[in-house]
Amino acid sequence: MKIVTKTLEGIADIQIYPIIGLILFFAMFVFLIIHVVRLTRNQVDEYSNLPLDDNSNLLSEKKDLKNNKN
Amino acid sequence: MELQKFTYDNRLSRLFMNATIFWGLIGMVVGLTIALEMIFPHLSGGISWLSFGRLRPLHTNAVIFAFVGNGMFTGIYYSTPRLLKTPMFSEMLGKIHFWGWQLIIVAAAITLPLGITVGKEYAELEWPIDIAIALIWVVFGINLIMTMVKRRVKHIYVAIWFYIATFVTVAVLHIVNSISVPVSLLKSYPIYAGIQDALVQWWYGHNAVAFFLTTPYLGLMYYFLPKAANRPVYSYKLSIIHFWALIFLYIWAGPHHLLYSALPDWAQALGVVFSVMLIAPSWGGMINGLLTLRGAWDKVRESPVLKMFVVAITAYGMSTFEGPMLSLKSVNAISHFTDWTIAHVHIGALGWNGMLTFGMLYWLMPRLYNTKLYSIKMANAHFWLATTGMLFFAIPLYFAGFTQSLMWKEFTEEGYLQYPNFIETVVQILPMYYLRAFGGVLYLTGVVLMIINLIKTAKAGLFVVSEEDQAPALHTADGHGKEKGHRLVESKPILFTILVLIAILIGGIIEFVPMFMVKSNVPTIANVQPYTPLELQGRDIYLREGCYNCHSQMVRPFRSEVERYGDYTKAGETVYDHPFQFGSRRTGPDLARSGVKSGPMYKPDSWHYNHFLEPQKMVAQSIMPPYPWLIKNDLDISTTPRKIKVMQILGVPYPEGYADKANDDLKKQANKIAQGLRDGGIQVEDTKEVIALIAYIQRLGTDIYNTEGSKFSEK
Repeated sequence: MKIVTKTLEGIADIQIYPIIGLILFFAMFVFLIIHVVRLTRNQVDEYSNLPLDDNSNLLSEKKDLKNNKN
Repeated sequence: MELQKFTYDNRLSRLFMNATIFWGLIGMVVGLTIALEMIFPHLSGGISWLSFGRLRPLHTNAVIFAFVGNGMFTGIYYSTPRLLKTPMFSEMLGKIHFWGWQLIIVAAAITLPLGITVGKEYAELEWPIDIAIALIWVVFGINLIMTMVKRRVKHIYVAIWFYIATFVTVAVLHIVNSISVPVSLLKSYPIYAGIQDALVQWWYGHNAVAFFLTTPYLGLMYYFLPKAANRPVYSYKLSIIHFWALIFLYIWAGPHHLLYSALPDWAQALGVVFSVMLIAPSWGGMINGLLTLRGAWDKVRESPVLKMFVVAITAYGMSTFEGPMLSLKSVNAISHFTDWTIAHVHIGALGWNGMLTFGMLYWLMPRLYNTKLYSIKMANAHFWLATTGMLFFAIPLYFAGFTQSLMWKEFTEEGYLQYPNFIETVVQILPMYYLRAFGGVLYLTGVVLMIINLIKTAKAGLFVVSEEDQAPALHTADGHGKEKGHRLVESKPILFTILVLIAILIGGIIEFVPMFMVKSNVPTIANVQPYTPLELQGRDIYLREGCYNCHSQMVRPFRSEVERYGDYTKAGETVYDHPFQFGSRRTGPDLARSGVKSGPMYKPDSWHYNHFLEPQKMVAQSIMPPYPWLIKNDLDISTTPRKIKVMQILGVPYPEGYADKANDDLKKQANKIAQGLRDGGIQVEDTKEVIALIAYIQRLGTDIYNTEGSKFSEK
């Protein structure tokens, strides 16, 4: 990435931007991984069942859903 | 816990669904038409608004913004209230959104064939339509965010995150890329020029793919796939990572459309690195989708909806693997400017967007009409027609792309180009164009079957205007005290929206700031001068006819290209090009050096005149359509002063007060060219459009050889 650094040098204090970008970027992913790891089984189940939790299923399929849940 | 009752209104979903079907049919019929025009160049019958260069933007705009656009809104207006347990914030805003969007599409369908265009791919629409798009988009955004605000569930489901990312990013992309200075009600020049315009345009262009064709449809996938399979998504944790990684990385990838161009190397390198990294979140999403069906593959065999979803997700995986591969410079050297790109985007459009839309429609229609799908057999037939149609479309074009590129690059033992005549490489791949059109017919036939099936389904049932549901109010559901971290973000829609905005702005800013601020990025060339008034008018005709759809103006620094077209293009040569015209596909040869008299591309004025009138007279096997109207129509020179003035506003250094004298110069130059043609026995008046276009083409690429000094200094 030397070439990037060289070009960016032309602007005053520009070197801080990619560093901020990198830190934000990295911090975001660390934060996300921690968040995801700490989610409990119940939460994940609750969240991921949100689309299934309404009555838009056809009558025939509602029966399937009940069986699945059991 | 007290349950509150509320209803979901299905009318907006139905409106958007009907529009999806209607515009899908139109967009695909236009697509098939231009596929046939590439085999039968006279199909347009010499009618300007049927010519390839004008219909191709109509096809791309119709499929992207009308078919996929309405498709995503169908799904968003259906799933958002159900996921948030509340009606949409405002049915009225929804209606304004619907009718506004359809009006914009109609405006596009009228203006594009008339040649009213900015001349930037996928951003062709002129400034009044652009403003309308921005306004309607904001209406959509307000409705979406306010629905989130008044929701009854604590957690906002991941599909909605993708909708929000779509809203935020498309707004930013559209506004930044469309800024232009109007010349008249229907004509404007973008404020960026040349290589900078190219960077902004492909930042937009690539992220239009990302945030118009991908993120909203990933949202739909995360909602409709679990619905259709009756099981939750495979890994919700993966979907969280998928979302943030995707929107963080996508925004950087645009410069991979400009590899080996005059764009500075550092920007190209950024584009490549981020494109390769994109495999990770893209495949994360694909795997999450496919694994949702684990243990339910028996259902896939029976359900046309799931079948279509599986092909859609597989196509998504294929094209998101192919994309990073095409971003590698060594692969791009072969693939760029060939039909490979066309094949690649159609795996995405026909496979990912098309199949996901069809699956969603087959699932939705019976629910909206409280009945069963009219015919599962017909839906299965549609599935096979669409799948085989897609393969018949893409595979021949892969061959065509490889073949043509290798022919362009082939040298003889003596060191000459093996196929110096461009048309040889076109004739070689024509059979593939027949197969492509056949694939298109198959795909379209499937769509017609679907339309019949869906209409019959609707007729068999009764439209369910609204559905009741109930849920506890949000504050009563929240009994766990203060939320922290990501869960706090998930529960604050406006904060969430701002974070998404920041995520997508970082990449754009880091690419743009140095590109616009550091002088060394666009080295100036002293003898590059603004276009003469006649050339400027000619350039606008070049834009109007959509020449950039088939001709590039970017000679890459390869021996094979320098040999074929002339010296490679420098960034400094494009500084007065509002907009840039690098192009993305060479159906015909590159024109960047077509005016250089000592170069391999030069043709005399009379050749160009006859070529526009009847291309096949000059190149027997040419697939270029004729342009008789250029020879018949008079050039409108009333616009010249205003055009010069706008160019001056944009920083093009015409002498002060030149706008008023411009038409004198224009007439002089036109007379010189027309007189030359008349001397050669061609009866043509000075005032015809073709004269301006010839002037422009003869100017292309000549500046770096110009030793005469300024064209404007004596004024």
